[in-house]
Amino acid sequence: MKTKKILVKGVEAIALGALEAECKCYFGYPITPQNDIPEFMARELPKRGGVFLQAESELAAINMLLGACATGTRAMTTSSSPGISLMCEGFSYIAALELPAVIVNVMRGGPGLGGIEASQGDYFQAVKGSGHGDFHFLVLAPYNAQEAYELTAKAFELAEKYRNPIMILSDAILGQMKEPLVLKKLKIKKYPKDDWALTGAKGRPSRFLRSLFLDAQELKEMNIKLMKKYKAMQKDIKFESDISEEDNIIVVAFGSIARIAKEAVNNLREKGYSVGYFRPITLFPFPEKPIKKIIEKAKKPLKFIVPELNCGQMIEDVRLAVEGRASVISLPYPPSVIPFPEEIEKEIKKCLNSLSSRKV
Amino acid sequence: MKLELIISGFGGQGVLFAGNLIAQASMIANYNVTYLPVYGPEMRGGTCNCTVIISKKSIASPIVARPSFLIIMNYPSFIKFVPKLKKAGSAIINSDFVKPENIEDFEKLEKKYKFYFIPVSSLAESLNTPLLANLCAIGAFYQITKVFNRKQFEKALKEILSKGKAHLFEPNLKAFELGAQYIKKNYKI
Repeated sequence: MKTKKILVKGVEAIALGALEAECKCYFGYPITPQNDIPEFMARELPKRGGVFLQAESELAAINMLLGACATGTRAMTTSSSPGISLMCEGFSYIAALELPAVIVNVMRGGPGLGGIEASQGDYFQAVKGSGHGDFHFLVLAPYNAQEAYELTAKAFELAEKYRNPIMILSDAILGQMKEPLVLKKLKIKKYPKDDWALTGAKGRPSRFLRSLFLDAQELKEMNIKLMKKYKAMQKDIKFESDISEEDNIIVVAFGSIARIAKEAVNNLREKGYSVGYFRPITLFPFPEKPIKKIIEKAKKPLKFIVPELNCGQMIEDVRLAVEGRASVISLPYPPSVIPFPEEIEKEIKKCLNSLSSRKV
Repeated sequence: MKLELIISGFGGQGVLFAGNLIAQASMIANYNVTYLPVYGPEMRGGTCNCTVIISKKSIASPIVARPSFLIIMNYPSFIKFVPKLKKAGSAIINSDFVKPENIEDFEKLEKKYKFYFIPVSSLAESLNTPLLANLCAIGAFYQITKVFNRKQFEKALKEILSKGKAHLFEPNLKAFELGAQYIKKNYKI
C-alpha cells in the first residue's frame, strides 16, 4: 500500500499522531493557536468510537483527562500557554497518581495573556515545574510536521511505559505552518494496565489510586520511586546532532527556532565556516551526556550558542551539561521578534570572530 | 531549485488560499514545501501575507528575510516587500492597484528586478468572479515558473476545494487559465 502524503498544519499533524496511537478521549477548552486540534478531534474521534468533550474550563478538562487515564484509556488534552497554566494543579495530581496522560502545549507569547505570536517562553514551565511537588513530565519537542505526528503517537507509548504524563511542546509557528506529512503506519507499543487501572473490581479485589500519603515514610518512598523513574527515562533521550570534531561553535536550539538556526548553520558551512548544530528533542530528560561527549571529542575550545524564542531558558540546561568547560552564549528572541536566518548567522559570525578563528 | 515566495495583499483577496494552493500543487509536483501564514486580525481589510518555500532539498527555515519571488496584490504590499526582494528576483504585481507612475524610482527598480504587471482584479471581474483575482495570479505564477504542471494544479485545486465547494472548481480553473494566458500574451518567458 502506498503511504499517503498530505499537506497539513503542525497542529493537525499532532491530532493525526494521536489518532495513529488510537487515542480514545480528548478533553479541552479552546485557545489560539491550537484550536485546529479540538476542531479535528471533534470531527474524527466520534467516528472511531472515541469521545470528544469540550470542557467548561481548563481545570475541568485536565481533571477529565485524569479520570479517563485512571481507567487506562488513551486520552489527551491540548492547550496553549495561559490554558496550560490553568491545568498545572491537575498535572501534579496526574504525576502523583502515575497516570499515562498526553498533554500538548502549543506555546504562544506570555507572560499573562501575552499574545498569539510564537514563543518558547514555557520551557521552564514544561521542564522544571508545572505544578507543585517533585515531579517531571517527559517533554518532547518536535520541529516539523512529520516529527509532530510521530512524536505525538510515540508519546502515548512512553506515557504507558513510564506511567507518567508526557508533554508535547510545540509553538505557534510549528502549529500554524503547513508542511507535507507522510502518514506512515507507526508501531506504537501497548503496555499492560491490568495491575493498576481502575476498571471495575469484578472478579478481583478493589483498588484505588491516591496521591495523599499522610504516612511520612510512605510519601518518601513514593518520591524515591518517582526519582528512579525520571532517571530511567534517560534511556529515551532523543536529539539530532550534526557536528564535526573541527567545529568550535555549536548552535543548540529546539523547536521552531532550531529550523532557523539550522538554515544559518548550513549557510555558514557553505561559506567555509566550521559550525556544529545540536537539537534536543527530549527537553526532559535533557540530552546532557551527548553534550558532554561533544566537549570531550572536540579538538578546539568550544563555544555554545543558544538561540531561543524567549529571554534565555534552555541555556540553563546547556550550562549544566557543559559544567563550565566551554562558554555558553544566549541569543534571546522574546515573542514577536522571530529572527531571520541571516540574523542568527551574523551572531554566530561575531562569536567566530571573537574566537579569532580562520576560514577553513 | 529553491523558490522563496511571499504573497501579500488585503485580507479578503485570497492571499492565504493562494499560498496554500501553490504549496499543495508544488508538493504534488514532488517538491519539499512549507507554507507559513501570518494569522491574526487580517480577516478583512488589513494587509495579510504568507510565505511559501518550494525546494528540491529539505527546508530548514520556514521564514525568509529576502524572498526570490513575490505576488503583490495591493500597493502597501509593494512598498513593504519589493525592497526585500532578492537580486534579480521576480514579482507578479496586481496592476489594478499598483501603478508604476505612483512608485518612486520605478525605473531603477525595474532594472533590478523582473516585474510582471497583470490586472488580476479586472481579469477576475471580467469572468464575473471578482473574488478570484488570486487564482489569476496563480495562473501567472504557473506560466512564469512552471514549478507544477496543469494536471498537478488541477489535482491540488480539487483536494483543497473539499466536497462542499466542488462546484467552485470550474470558475477557479477559468480564472487560473485567464491569468496564465495574460502572461503568455504579454511577456516573453
